[in-house]
Amino acid sequence: MARWGMVIDLDRCTGCAACVAACKVENNVQVVSPEESERGRRMHWIRLLTEVRGDYPDTEVRTQPNLCMMCENPPCTKVCPVHATYVGADGLVGQIYPRCIGCRYCMAACPYTVKSFNWYHHEPPPELVQIQNPDVSVRPKGVVEKCTFCYHRLQLAREKARAERRPLREADYQPACVNACPADAMMFGDLDDELGRVGQLSRSTRAVRMQEHLGTEPKVYFLERRDAQL
Amino acid sequence: MHNFEPDGRRDEALFRPIEQTTRKFWMTVGILVAIILFAVAMFVRQLVFGLGETGMMQPVTWGFYIINFVFFIGISHAGTLISAILRITQAEWRRPITRMAEVITAIVLAIGGLHPIIDLGRPDRLMNVFLFGRLQSPLLWDVTSISAYFAASTVYLFLPLIPDVALLRDRKKKHHWLYDFLSWGWQGTPEQWKVLHRAINIMMIVVVPIAVSVHTVISYIFAMTLQSGWHSTIFGPYFVVGAIFSGIAALFIAMIAFRRAFHLEAYLKPIHFQQLGKLLLAMSVIWTYFTFCEYLTGYYGGEPAEMRTLLYKLTGRYAWLFWTMLTCNFVVPVTLLSSRKLRTIGGILASSITILIGMWLERLIIVVPSLENPRMPFPHHIYVPTLTEISLFAGALAVFALGFTLFAKFFPIVSVWETQEGRQLGLAETAERVTGYLPDDTVSHA
Repeated sequence: MARWGMVIDLDRCTGCAACVAACKVENNVQVVSPEESERGRRMHWIRLLTEVRGDYPDTEVRTQPNLCMMCENPPCTKVCPVHATYVGADGLVGQIYPRCIGCRYCMAACPYTVKSFNWYHHEPPPELVQIQNPDVSVRPKGVVEKCTFCYHRLQLAREKARAERRPLREADYQPACVNACPADAMMFGDLDDELGRVGQLSRSTRAVRMQEHLGTEPKVYFLERRDAQL
Repeated sequence: MHNFEPDGRRDEALFRPIEQTTRKFWMTVGILVAIILFAVAMFVRQLVFGLGETGMMQPVTWGFYIINFVFFIGISHAGTLISAILRITQAEWRRPITRMAEVITAIVLAIGGLHPIIDLGRPDRLMNVFLFGRLQSPLLWDVTSISAYFAASTVYLFLPLIPDVALLRDRKKKHHWLYDFLSWGWQGTPEQWKVLHRAINIMMIVVVPIAVSVHTVISYIFAMTLQSGWHSTIFGPYFVVGAIFSGIAALFIAMIAFRRAFHLEAYLKPIHFQQLGKLLLAMSVIWTYFTFCEYLTGYYGGEPAEMRTLLYKLTGRYAWLFWTMLTCNFVVPVTLLSSRKLRTIGGILASSITILIGMWLERLIIVVPSLENPRMPFPHHIYVPTLTEISLFAGALAVFALGFTLFAKFFPIVSVWETQEGRQLGLAETAERVTGYLPDDTVSHA
């Protein structure tokens, strides 16, 4: 079975945030008011880290998407008291919204700070109601949520492949953020497929993972900038 | 116990607060109930609108509720643990203190145990903890250990209460049906005394490991994560020490309050404060030692994430709270308690108050600054509690005060039979015991 993973080429990332917007729409992520956003209640399944380097006028802005790393050894699933976050059969870290009791222990345990909590119930603005994705459940207030690698797309892709009596191909299943990236900086596929693009790039010398020393074994790889020093 | 029979006509001062209700009592109850009702209203508001009513956000996803959870459970160690240790070591000066200590445990444990529930985003799904509980989660260890401690400490409170309830029943003044029911047919026969003493002896041993486990697993909630400032092996004993430390301080405040309100000067004498004060001083020093170990290890290792959190605590936004904590928990108590002249009831009251403030700050400094410094860059937000959290804190304190007041309305706050036992049997027993320590005269002179 495929070991789904992502490779993000930081040399190609332009910081356009198309991935952020695509994810928000694809996964019905709540839109909070500007006041709530100011208070730190923004909801993102993928977020853009920005770093400004150098002194004016010789500055450089570096960006990097941050999303659930789908760890092989996730600190969040270990601490969940009710099995609401778990490692599924596909190796993806899932979240069961109807079971979550909202203790936020997984959020405190996650070293990547990628989980979001529904502090309030926000009715989506009317223009967004029209474009809600019927394949992704909306979340009630009081539960934790996070990136699923667009798991609903994997389910649809599997069904389609089965109907067409053929094996699942890498191109059948791509998360929304990867689809949306105009710079082709995000790549998604089977990490175990040594000949595939993702499998190869994840083994390249430029590939690093975040907080590798913690032993969480993330399945999201970043290709370091070639001009690593400014 | 040999032919000991407590006398319901002596120690009138201990029965008076139960049988005479003053206007002060109703005023206290009224004020406390008002505070509690307000807190309940705020909690209902939070239930309706969501946890957004609190000041919590990302990355500080735990705030006042978890701080107070750790704080209150810590205070609960006052009780049962102190009382059990004093009983085990046969400290004769324990007699007027144990009852109050045990009451603190039972009430505060109930309050503390409720805190994780009010902190839940979905308290309506609480049953999931039992239906789908994962024993691998430290939160489940907490549920297990706190329920065990609550069960053990209520039994441990109730057992030594039985002979006193029987005395109240026999006085036939009021609530006869209640005392009749609660005394469980106590007649004070030698057989009953034997069983009671054996039961108390078993419970005082059982309670100690449970109490230690409770605060150890509470520290594990933090220590088992990889977060900087939390992932530390010293956290178990550090939390236990802090718990006993704040527990004794809370016990002192209760002792001083009841001594004044019920005029128990004859029972709670300066010597009792002196003795327990020494224990408080020792805990202060041990707590400081643990704090030193914890911070020095983090600092010397110099791991960047760890260092960032540590410097944030020592020199950043939380610096003034950190140094206030050290002053409250070390400088003030050690100054006041180590000198015989200053170890008066006033000095002990002052250090107990600063210790409670300091230990609350310690919990805050553990929970919040670590969360404000996640390993990955994150937009920085400062945690400021809202009225909801503050009123629920006030409500929790009011429940504590009300619980204590009501207990004292129905039961003697100083154990009557144990006081009388001390008078009738303790003196002789102690003399006998001390004689046993001495060299045997008859042999050496022969």
